[in-house]
Amino acid sequence: MSATRRGFLVGGAVIGAGALAAACTSNSEPTDASTQAGPAVNADNAKPGKKVTIGFAGPQADHGWLSGINAQAKAEAARYSDVKFVVAEGSNEASQQAGQIQTLINQKVDVLVILPADGKQMTPSGQKAMDAGIPVVNLDRIFDAASAYRTWVGGDNYRMGFNAAAFIGQRLGGKGTVVELAGIDNLELTQQRTQGFDDGLKKFPGIRKIGRAAAEFTVQTGQARMSELLQAHSSFDALWNHDDDQGVGALQAIRQAGRTDFLMCGGAGSKTAMQAIKADDSVLKATVLYPVTMAASAVRVARLIAQSKAMGDLAETEVPSSITLFSAVVTKANVDKYLPTAFD
Amino acid sequence: MTSTEERAAVRSVRPRGRRVPAELRNAGLVGVLVVLAVIGGVTRPAEFLNLNNVIVILMQASVIGVVAVGMTFVIIGGGIDLSVGAIVALSTVWATTVATQSFGIGGIVFTALVVGLACGVINGAFIAYGKVVAFIMTIAMLASARGLAIQISGGNTQTIRPENQALVDLGYRDHFLFGVVPPLVLIFAVVIAAGWIALNRTTFGRRTFAVGGNPEAARLAGLNVRAHTLALYALSGLCCGVASIMLIILTGSGTSANGNLYELDAIAAVIIGGTLLSGGRGTLVGSVLGVLVFTTINDIFTLNNLSTATQQLAKGVIIVIAVLVQKLLASRSPTT
Repeated sequence: MSATRRGFLVGGAVIGAGALAAACTSNSEPTDASTQAGPAVNADNAKPGKKVTIGFAGPQADHGWLSGINAQAKAEAARYSDVKFVVAEGSNEASQQAGQIQTLINQKVDVLVILPADGKQMTPSGQKAMDAGIPVVNLDRIFDAASAYRTWVGGDNYRMGFNAAAFIGQRLGGKGTVVELAGIDNLELTQQRTQGFDDGLKKFPGIRKIGRAAAEFTVQTGQARMSELLQAHSSFDALWNHDDDQGVGALQAIRQAGRTDFLMCGGAGSKTAMQAIKADDSVLKATVLYPVTMAASAVRVARLIAQSKAMGDLAETEVPSSITLFSAVVTKANVDKYLPTAFD
Repeated sequence: MTSTEERAAVRSVRPRGRRVPAELRNAGLVGVLVVLAVIGGVTRPAEFLNLNNVIVILMQASVIGVVAVGMTFVIIGGGIDLSVGAIVALSTVWATTVATQSFGIGGIVFTALVVGLACGVINGAFIAYGKVVAFIMTIAMLASARGLAIQISGGNTQTIRPENQALVDLGYRDHFLFGVVPPLVLIFAVVIAAGWIALNRTTFGRRTFAVGGNPEAARLAGLNVRAHTLALYALSGLCCGVASIMLIILTGSGTSANGNLYELDAIAAVIIGGTLLSGGRGTLVGSVLGVLVFTTINDIFTLNNLSTATQQLAKGVIIVIAVLVQKLLASRSPTT
């Protein structure tokens, strides 16, 4: 990558105008240290224990949520003096990630945290680590076989949709029409978010879903599909948008169309979305969390497993095998509680 | 002499009468557009047949349309540019970093244009002077430009800061010219007009056809084929830079996920627009019609609540139909 970057800089200089542009790659601004810190750790478990090495393998951070995951994992590991954190370069390709996991296994890390590029395809890699005696904490995208991981930590897509429907149903007083802006249609998580939403709406017989379009989790497709949806439905009462990143584009489309006649509920929990909810100056009134803090939780759980400790607040002797996180609805009333853990 | 060159040489000596007139080629696409308009008008008359919807379609078409204009030049010139989507991603990201935005709207516009142009120049230099095959070079650019975009942005969506909001305001209704013409569509129209004049009324345009039709003959005729090839890729890069500014206006942000699969959309539009993939022939108007066809399909499908899968299927079918119609028209022309 550095060679390419140098190439660009040289190219820019040749044109004679690169200097300004080159200075413009910096994205640094004063960061709030508190944004990376999670809730307090159980006092006993937080005390330094046996030194452990945690390996981490995740996908390439090409989406706000994924880069949030990486940041959370690194920040959490840095909080413990007894943790050595080894991170593999992010990869979206199953074969490449399999190689990276093999490398981590060969390094004999004490425990592995894996967010697979694809749960099904990466199952053999998880199995290999488990067979080598390395416990695997499977983050979010679940492996096919229970034997391929020690503990699964992840979000609840079905409940995201379900809770979004509950919020919208309450706000509308059980009456009205809704429109759905979904994510990539052939992903299971999109189908779950839609299923949960439809099931949630069944509790409100007075509410009808009149339109749905699938964007691609990108700002650009969010803007495109939303402007078409707005054109298709000259009036509706609420919008359920599966993803805050595409929501940036959807909100642009809504402003461009000059529409203010409905309320919008987003998903995932980006900082931009939460700031908009807090400012309360747009149709965006809520977002349903798919918390990036799950990465911090996974690292914390991995450390406990490696140190043979239990989870402090449970009566169990062992760390549970499955931890499903709650899809909380963030509104203006409670946004301050969630803003510190939002992703950029 | 390789067989490709032979074929190109043979083609260049064919009588001009065998060429399908550009008007005929475009007539097929206009027909497709009319059919689409009828389908849209019948299925959703109230929503499809109104000015607002035309504005929605044109605004969507404008960004990819500008990319397709640059692509038309490259393909007529006998090349291919697979890196356009990645260049758009990199330009939008580079132009929306905190550092760039501190220079104001001028900084954003300047950076987007320079990054796009620089990528195009690098493409062109390696293809023309380094003799790297265009397909390979632009795939390499595709990978590295998007990689750099992810690296700079950290995978985050970089929104336009409040002090530069005036740029994003250009996408809002109260900034439309005469209340109906979005600035984005105006930029698109200017790019089409400039492109059409450059292609059809200047030496640069004639050289493009010559270089694409038969590079060897063009060289023997005294044209600087290498310099011209470089210029074509630089032009495509510059178009990507312009499209990036438009995308920033449209979405109020820059992200490494921008311009995903733009290369395929742009090439498809250019090809169904009647430009030969082997170079030497083509029309800009056809490419623009091609973009409008695809954007209108998207619009009709969303208006009718149809799924993405059926939409992709329909796009594929329409590409085949458009090409078949062109073949049919070609075989009916008197000289064949």
